Amino acid sequence: MEVLSFLTSGVLTALEPINLGLILIGVTIGLFIGAMPGLGSVNGVAILLPITFLVPPASAIIFLAAIYYGAMYGGAISSVALGIPGASTAVATTFDGRPLALQGRASLALVTAALASFVGGTVATVFFTLFAPLLATVALNFGPPEIFALMLLAFATFVGLGGDDIPKTVFSICFGLVLATVGFDTISGEPRLVLFDIQGFIRGIGFIVLAIGVYGIGEMLWTIEQTRGEITTTNPKMTAKGLASDAKEAVQRGWKGTWIGSILGFFVGVLPAAGATPGSLMSYGVAKMLSKTPEEYGRGSPDGVAAPEAANNSASTGSMLPMLTLGIPGSPTTAILLGGMVMWGLTPGPRLFIDESEFVWSLIGSFYISNFAAVLINLAFIPLFVWMLRMPFTILAPLIFVLSIVGGFAASRSMHDLWLIVIFGLGAFFLRKFDYPLAPAVLAIVLGPIAEPTLRQSLLLSSGDPSIFFTRPIAGPITVIAIILILLPAIKMLRGKRRVAAD
Amino acid sequence: MTMTKRFFLGLAAGTALATLPMTAFAQDWQPTRPVDFTIMAGAGGGADQIARFVQSVVEANNLTNRPLVPTNRGGGSGAEALLHMNGARDPDHTLMVTLNSFYTTPIRQEGLGIDIETFTPITMMGVDPFVLWVHKDSGITDFEGYLAKVREMNGEYVMGGTGAGQEDSIVIAYMSGVYDLDIKYIPYDGGGAVAKDLAGQQIMATVNNPAEAKGFYEAGDFVPLLAFSDERMEAYPDVPTMKEMGHDFSYYNQRAIVGAPGMSDEAAAYYREVFGKVYDGEEWQSYLVSESLSPLPMDEAETRAYWATQVANHRKLLAEIEG
Repeated sequence: MEVLSFLTSGVLTALEPINLGLILIGVTIGLFIGAMPGLGSVNGVAILLPITFLVPPASAIIFLAAIYYGAMYGGAISSVALGIPGASTAVATTFDGRPLALQGRASLALVTAALASFVGGTVATVFFTLFAPLLATVALNFGPPEIFALMLLAFATFVGLGGDDIPKTVFSICFGLVLATVGFDTISGEPRLVLFDIQGFIRGIGFIVLAIGVYGIGEMLWTIEQTRGEITTTNPKMTAKGLASDAKEAVQRGWKGTWIGSILGFFVGVLPAAGATPGSLMSYGVAKMLSKTPEEYGRGSPDGVAAPEAANNSASTGSMLPMLTLGIPGSPTTAILLGGMVMWGLTPGPRLFIDESEFVWSLIGSFYISNFAAVLINLAFIPLFVWMLRMPFTILAPLIFVLSIVGGFAASRSMHDLWLIVIFGLGAFFLRKFDYPLAPAVLAIVLGPIAEPTLRQSLLLSSGDPSIFFTRPIAGPITVIAIILILLPAIKMLRGKRRVAAD
Repeated sequence: MTMTKRFFLGLAAGTALATLPMTAFAQDWQPTRPVDFTIMAGAGGGADQIARFVQSVVEANNLTNRPLVPTNRGGGSGAEALLHMNGARDPDHTLMVTLNSFYTTPIRQEGLGIDIETFTPITMMGVDPFVLWVHKDSGITDFEGYLAKVREMNGEYVMGGTGAGQEDSIVIAYMSGVYDLDIKYIPYDGGGAVAKDLAGQQIMATVNNPAEAKGFYEAGDFVPLLAFSDERMEAYPDVPTMKEMGHDFSYYNQRAIVGAPGMSDEAAAYYREVFGKVYDGEEWQSYLVSESLSPLPMDEAETRAYWATQVANHRKLLAEIEG
């Protein structure tokens, strides 16, 4: 098999001392950058890009890809340990990772995240190895109507995410959608909802700003109010034996989420414009929908940690595919990698696999090695991260506050964003008190900026005829499934009422 | 070309000496903290690629004693970057990499209160031409074939671009005007996304920079039909220009480095030297060739005059589109 011989030589290149060294350094840097709230793989890759001029292109991209991978693993750490998403890709990990930590099971959550990330990354790499050129063609068939249908599906899976109170979930989604429309509108070329004429709103409201506000500040206030400071987050004593039993439990209780995340994450990642954040959120929604015990989600389900973590690693590998084969970045981080490739004198695009096959295959080979390195390094650091949780909450709470502020500022270097974080934090605290689910709002601000333009592009294409979502061969079935999923809770509700009436 | 470049550089040095008796001292000015290197566009686009390329050349050759810190401020079609520059607290350490929203955004959004004439010209790195592309499966091989097809489709011919008032929409609007074409225009949020949807034939034609379409062109998927440059492009010698079609129109995306309003002459002289070295370096010169950028070196006075004509041109073009 031709693929196998290419792959073997690729893996051997990745194992050369310089490349192996870069993988280990890159994964470790990525792990810590990912673990810092606010900073994600984008920042890590952008900061270290110029350094890569010192090594050959293949080594350079291996290094940057290793950072990307490491950051995907690292994002889970602060999501679990602090309750603040370490990176936008790890938001869904807080939904169940944080409750697990509060139950004293932080190590289980972290081990689950590490193992799920490993499986996700590896499954995606295998797909990548076998089907790269074919999948690139599939990605091209996704025009605006198909992408909108997919976003509709993502929202549909989330209607059930907020628990049983569907009106409150819908309110939360709408609130997020409104926030997503603030700022410059691509279609009309005009600014929208520049609130109070504050110029900071021209840029729009960043997703990470909302996420840090809601989870960093809002969640912390809520915890303080609930416990009046008498919280014992966890009593973690890490032993090798404990780690092994956690690993066993992670496999038993998280395998289903892992598979869903690995496969779904990859396909969402492959589509240009989507990337790892929507991939992980969608996987969480789908895993919950397919679960036999959906009520466990949001209260500390290992599946709920595994699905988004498997998905974000899988999607980050997937998003390399359109970048390499089409020259189209599938995520902000791959956009910077793309810039790097141009600097090194490579032209990403359909001919890259033919003209630069050695480069491509050493990168693919490095995916396998990076995954091994990342899971081992991550597992080795878990005791350190769990140890952080032994700090009394009176110390941890101010620390989370400081990290939220620093992380929020680091992402955009703007005071405007800091004020927004504080306002969102306070708002989230009160919404939480009134039992409004906030995850759907976070989802909406991620998917809104993808869903809205694709909806309008589609309707421009069809001159305003909505049948375009039903008549195209790929968009049609997706739209129909999404609509059924949206209607399902309503049907259930009606049935429930009828039963009550019958009684 | 080298002659012109030397000439302009000499000219630049000459004017600097003539107008600034303090130049000898100016060399003593050096950044005292990291330099804010604002990018007027989001991550991954043409402007971003260029900014990061320039930054890495500066880094690799150790041209500054303090690092350049690139930050994407692409929000509001560059409005975010312009406001940031306008309110820069330390203009001596604030630079920006531009594209044409440098001209169009202040015109389209007068409420921002931006006057680009207050900005400080540093170095013109080159200008990026635009080309009309179709997919090879469309069977169209020349501009006449394209015109016939658009007319035959009677308003159903779909082109993609980066949105109202953006560079490509200006070109498309001009073209539709002179040939009386009825085109359905779909806005996207970046040139890369536009090229991808042409490759997938979601749209029928685009006006993209060569760098954005290069991969697909080399794979044989894209066919260039018409260049909006002054002369035929070296990379596409068989592609005619709009000027050859008898219409006096050319359009380029400006790739320049500018300083914040109020930057001191000493600091400006320092940065001109740094980016002048980048410009002359082998890395940038080969980048110009591989990405089909045209060199357009000019000094401070020439840049200011160029800005004034560009603003006037854009005001006219935008008025025609929106009027």
